[in-house]
Amino acid sequence: MKNAVGREIPDALLTNGREVYQGKNYMDGKYIQKASPRTRRCEKPVDTKVVASLVEALKQCGAKDGMTFSFHHHLRDGDYVVNQVMAAAIDELGLKDLTIAATSLGSAHDPIADYIEEGKVIGIQTSGIRGRMGEVVSAGKLKTPAIIRSHGGRPRAIEAGEVHIDIAFIAAPTSDCMGNCRGIGGKSNCGSMGYAMSDAKYADHVVVVTDCLVPFPNMPASVEAIDVDAVVVVDSIGNPKKIASAAARISQNPRDLMMAENVAKVIASTPYFKEGFSFQTGVGGPSLAANLFLEQYMDERGIKMGWAIGGICGPMVEMLKKGKVGKVIDVQDFDLDAVNSINQTPNHFEMSASQYANPANKGAFVNSLDFVVLAALEIDTGFNVNVLTGSDGVLRGAPGGHPDTAAGSKCCIIVTPLVRGRMATVCEHVVTVTTPGDCVDVLVTDYGIAVNPLRPDLIECLDKAGIPHVTIEELKDKAYSLVGRPDDLEWEDKVVAILEARDGTILDVVRKIKPYDPNKAE
Amino acid sequence: MEILKPAMAGTLESSDAQVTVEPGTDGIQLTLSSSVMNQYGRQIKATVLETLERLGVNNAQVTVVDKGALDCTLKARVECAVFRSCGQSAANIPWGGAVR
Repeated sequence: MKNAVGREIPDALLTNGREVYQGKNYMDGKYIQKASPRTRRCEKPVDTKVVASLVEALKQCGAKDGMTFSFHHHLRDGDYVVNQVMAAAIDELGLKDLTIAATSLGSAHDPIADYIEEGKVIGIQTSGIRGRMGEVVSAGKLKTPAIIRSHGGRPRAIEAGEVHIDIAFIAAPTSDCMGNCRGIGGKSNCGSMGYAMSDAKYADHVVVVTDCLVPFPNMPASVEAIDVDAVVVVDSIGNPKKIASAAARISQNPRDLMMAENVAKVIASTPYFKEGFSFQTGVGGPSLAANLFLEQYMDERGIKMGWAIGGICGPMVEMLKKGKVGKVIDVQDFDLDAVNSINQTPNHFEMSASQYANPANKGAFVNSLDFVVLAALEIDTGFNVNVLTGSDGVLRGAPGGHPDTAAGSKCCIIVTPLVRGRMATVCEHVVTVTTPGDCVDVLVTDYGIAVNPLRPDLIECLDKAGIPHVTIEELKDKAYSLVGRPDDLEWEDKVVAILEARDGTILDVVRKIKPYDPNKAE
Repeated sequence: MEILKPAMAGTLESSDAQVTVEPGTDGIQLTLSSSVMNQYGRQIKATVLETLERLGVNNAQVTVVDKGALDCTLKARVECAVFRSCGQSAANIPWGGAVR
């Protein structure tokens, strides 16, 4: 069945009330029955919940074949916990048919690709999928299609019982002996632990994995002892150098700076740019640099930013300290400046993924967002964005908070170079739709700006401010004139991944790619 | 033109292509790998074969390792490798003739 972004979704996937994507805000006003976990009572006082090993913790939680284990990705590419837990479950306990439900996965998790090939891991639910895991899943080696969700779609799915977590593993930079966790104060700090919060509340069992046991009580706790079954102390939960970069640097690349300046110009031309406006930006080159130019416009007009959300990095913390932004609410930290600031700098707060972006609760932060500046791997002439699959059709990205912030914000700006090497970023049809075009408002490239025709009000703003813009078709034609028109990818029927819209409908599927062989006669 | 000795042009940098030509006897034997194979493999193959044809190369083993080069880059690398292979890359390059 064709969905609202023109993607053909196999009928076989539309079971148990599953629907295809119908457009923005389709689920508004509907009721959901929240799922609840079946948890063990810990009524009798104990001195400690610390157990000797991951294997002990798994046994205590009744780990068995077919279970779903959850993980969060605040340790990013430095994470050791996913691999440690899966090795204990599979190599030591001999478990199989396991599903990994993670907030995101990266190249740190390459060893999991072996468990997929061996058939020990049969399901993957995640936002990001990259490296070897992306390759083996794209090659059709995972027994069930991977389910890709946004950061807001995941807590929605957990609350609706679409993902039932048997054991949640919390990677904790510090924990006390009862399981009160924080993201700071240890040797592998990550700052915010926002993505782990729904997991701890909705999992049947919760195991805290830490490399820094601190005296009880570890307060204020990001994940609370009331939800924790066991605590395991390991040598190291991650490589601090890969958890948070030293400092997110603002790009010096003149092309990035030119695009960033145009982003700021577009923002300043809209009526939402006024005292107390709200803002989120990514940490990619031009997105981050937009902060710099925006600050100049804020100074010029004598206005301040009310609040900023998202993955947070140093430049935003700097603006908070200078008093240019009122509050920073933080679901994840990207550099040490942000890690060291959360809950320390006044008005720098932590939030859960649900509070950040869940479309099924009663007011996630993204719903009150004025502006978001985002990147894209590809954007097509329908303003649909792909941030998941490479132009070769292989899984190597993550929707993250992209679809959530795009849908919630009043003005969503995509900033990307027109071409990357030989790849046309602006194209006719994106490989995979991860953010639907009805949520995307403005595209800023190094060859020009285009506004979504669904937003005549923004077109008027740009015209009034004298900002030149063209149609997105013109940008696509320009891109193809530079790099040539790409051939359509060829696919097999087998679906390797389901791309779930944030509201739980199916936005797109990724099929197994049929690679082009130049030696085969055509 | 006849390929007299093995020759190479280009690099493995992003947006470039490394082209190697070697003497051959049985037409053009092309070995192609590319970072953009699924979307541009056909076009790269066609560009390389057209360029060889224009230079009058009928027998050669040709290896192209493409890193997302544009067509103009591919043509230039093929031309350079061919001229180097027959010792003609130092002078008298037929600009505007066989090379255009």
